[in-house]
Amino acid sequence: MPRVEVTLAAIAPSTRRAEGAPPARRGGEERIWRDGAFRRDAWVRAVDGEPLPDGPVIVSRKRWLAERDALAARNAPLGLLIAAGEPVDDIAGDLARFTLVALDFPKFSDGRAFSTARLLRDKHGFTGELRAVGNVLADQIPLMRRVGFDAFEVTNAPTRCALAEGRLAEVTLHYQPAGSLDAPAGTRPWLRRSA
Amino acid sequence: MYRYDEFDAEFVRQRVAQFRDQVRRRLLGELTEDEFKPLRLMNGVYLQLHAYMLRIAIPYGTLSSRQMRKLAHIARRYDRGTGHFTTRQNLQFNWPKLTDIPDILEELASVEMHAIQTSGNCIRNVTADHFAGATADEVADPRPYAEIIRQWSSLHPEFSFLPRKFKVAVTAAEKDRAAIQVHDIGLHLKRLAGGGLGFAVYVGGGQGRTPLLAKKIRDDLPEADLLSYLEAALRVYNLHGRRDNKFKARIKILVHEIGAAAFSAQVEEEWQRIRDGALRLPEAEIRRIEAYFAPPAFASRVAKAALRPADRAFDRWVTRNTHAHRQPGYAIVTISLKPIGGIPGDASAEQMDRVADIAERYSFDEVRVTHEQNLVLPHVRLVDLWAVYQELKAAGLAEANAGLATDIIACPGLDYCSLANARSIPIAQRISERLSSRQDAIGDLKIKISGCINACGHHHVGHIGILGVEKRGEEHYQLLLGGSGAEDAAIASITGPGFGPDGIVDAVEKVVDRYLELRTDEGEPFLAAYSRLGPAPFKDALYAAS
Repeated sequence: MPRVEVTLAAIAPSTRRAEGAPPARRGGEERIWRDGAFRRDAWVRAVDGEPLPDGPVIVSRKRWLAERDALAARNAPLGLLIAAGEPVDDIAGDLARFTLVALDFPKFSDGRAFSTARLLRDKHGFTGELRAVGNVLADQIPLMRRVGFDAFEVTNAPTRCALAEGRLAEVTLHYQPAGSLDAPAGTRPWLRRSA
Repeated sequence: MYRYDEFDAEFVRQRVAQFRDQVRRRLLGELTEDEFKPLRLMNGVYLQLHAYMLRIAIPYGTLSSRQMRKLAHIARRYDRGTGHFTTRQNLQFNWPKLTDIPDILEELASVEMHAIQTSGNCIRNVTADHFAGATADEVADPRPYAEIIRQWSSLHPEFSFLPRKFKVAVTAAEKDRAAIQVHDIGLHLKRLAGGGLGFAVYVGGGQGRTPLLAKKIRDDLPEADLLSYLEAALRVYNLHGRRDNKFKARIKILVHEIGAAAFSAQVEEEWQRIRDGALRLPEAEIRRIEAYFAPPAFASRVAKAALRPADRAFDRWVTRNTHAHRQPGYAIVTISLKPIGGIPGDASAEQMDRVADIAERYSFDEVRVTHEQNLVLPHVRLVDLWAVYQELKAAGLAEANAGLATDIIACPGLDYCSLANARSIPIAQRISERLSSRQDAIGDLKIKISGCINACGHHHVGHIGILGVEKRGEEHYQLLLGGSGAEDAAIASITGPGFGPDGIVDAVEKVVDRYLELRTDEGEPFLAAYSRLGPAPFKDALYAAS
């Protein structure tokens, strides 16, 4: 044990995102990584049961199902938040109404949204912004991109630095296609394509 | 054997660089241990009781001599001179320093090896029949398919954060040496009705605290559809497998809870949607990968036996440790890593080098690792058996006990593992010593020992299984009988109250004695006798007298 203990004891305390701190509701700061830069968030995440603010708003799946007609009648862009494990097949017909779908990663180790993203892109043909929210970390972002995410709400400080400085530790060669957006080229359709 | 091309080499090189950066960020504190853990696990790095442990992938258990020599070198330079072959056909080093691991991975990359996905909640290193490509009883070599799955599953973006680990095994023989019915997905390569090759697909097998045998959900999957079907099954599991409880997160629980029919229907629906997409395997691609596994240049006419002195020990070794080869004049040789009273699966750096030399000279440069923690020389000429035996004997590797009572599987147990409740290795050593003088008379007997309910020592599928538990701060052992991981797969049953570290060795001997008394003749192996007699006479032997 001693050797390991010494190594670990030398490590600085956690720099992880403060647990329990809710993400800011209004996008004052530049929290959204998209197209190679941090950007202000034009979207507001609505709280279930509270009145909707003006402008682009992201509603929960539950609220969409409960208030579909009223929400559809708004004259502002609409976004949809899907919690990990919530289905999307049953609302496939509604997806065209959404400019943005946000998929939540409650923990970075909860990988359900990777599959949900593929269903949205490949099965249901969703072409709007697909945003990763929640515990979004540097080592997962390259994988998220490959299954169809194109925007990332990032609060983790080292991840923000890595993105800003363009130093994501990434494997740029891929053994497998991951959906229609990652369609393979060349002679080995099931295999091998670089980024 | 599969050989890396430029793509494979560059992929592994980038993966090493990525992991080096992850270690750097961990040491700087940019990554918390919680955040680092799944990253290091995806590269085979565990934190054990005393040190980090590195688990190296040996895809489908196939190694070249050059690779074996590199493992010996790593054992010498970065470990304490020993490697441990595991039930996953992998190799573990128990004493590497975290800061050395990126260098070790670079050394591995130089011989086309890595540690990718040997742990973590992802698709693990794919295993296969260790006699693949050599045995007379297979329809085709299953390893090309295992290699195709290895490539497809490597850093799969969608399936790197599954509910739990995911193990795939492939066999192509009716006699199942790959234990496919206790894997998350087991694939049985077979000839389909139309004449082409395809798979029977088993899903939801596993051991751990809830042992379950897999259910067959397809009997006729064409080879071209292998990856699309796997992707459909993994997607259903990733979306619906339980994440609320680590112990209920394996696919076996999902299959059990919703039923094999419902699970199969969901997979089928998803598969129909994607089967004609990018994952469809072109015939030419399968044959291209298959070409890497083409049989070696066997001599067409070889003598059946060479002149050699009368030697009963050699005769015993030939009887126990060789298996029929599909090529006349050749044999498959099992190198036992179970010396009497030794640590199952351990090999010293010197032994690894000797095996590499022998394989180079006598077995077309090829070695296999078995899930029973032994090594195999797949292609040895019958005329060379005497010479091979002599060389193995000189290296302390000629124990003639393959498949016998002293050929014991044991997990690392409380000697190394942070999950263990009890030691496994000393129990294996003492049972080995106790039964060694009678093992030929006892015949085929698989004893498997786990130091906790995670069942890495496969106790659920031992003819005799032993499970270490903790009882009031003491090591305690439950005894199980009647399991099998082969084509007659069965989950073993607990006999009754457990035993202490001394009592468990006596208990195993009592079971063996009762079997010897009750078997119809020497031709009735333990498992057959147990099936005929049921548990009662064995329980009687264990508990009635006391």
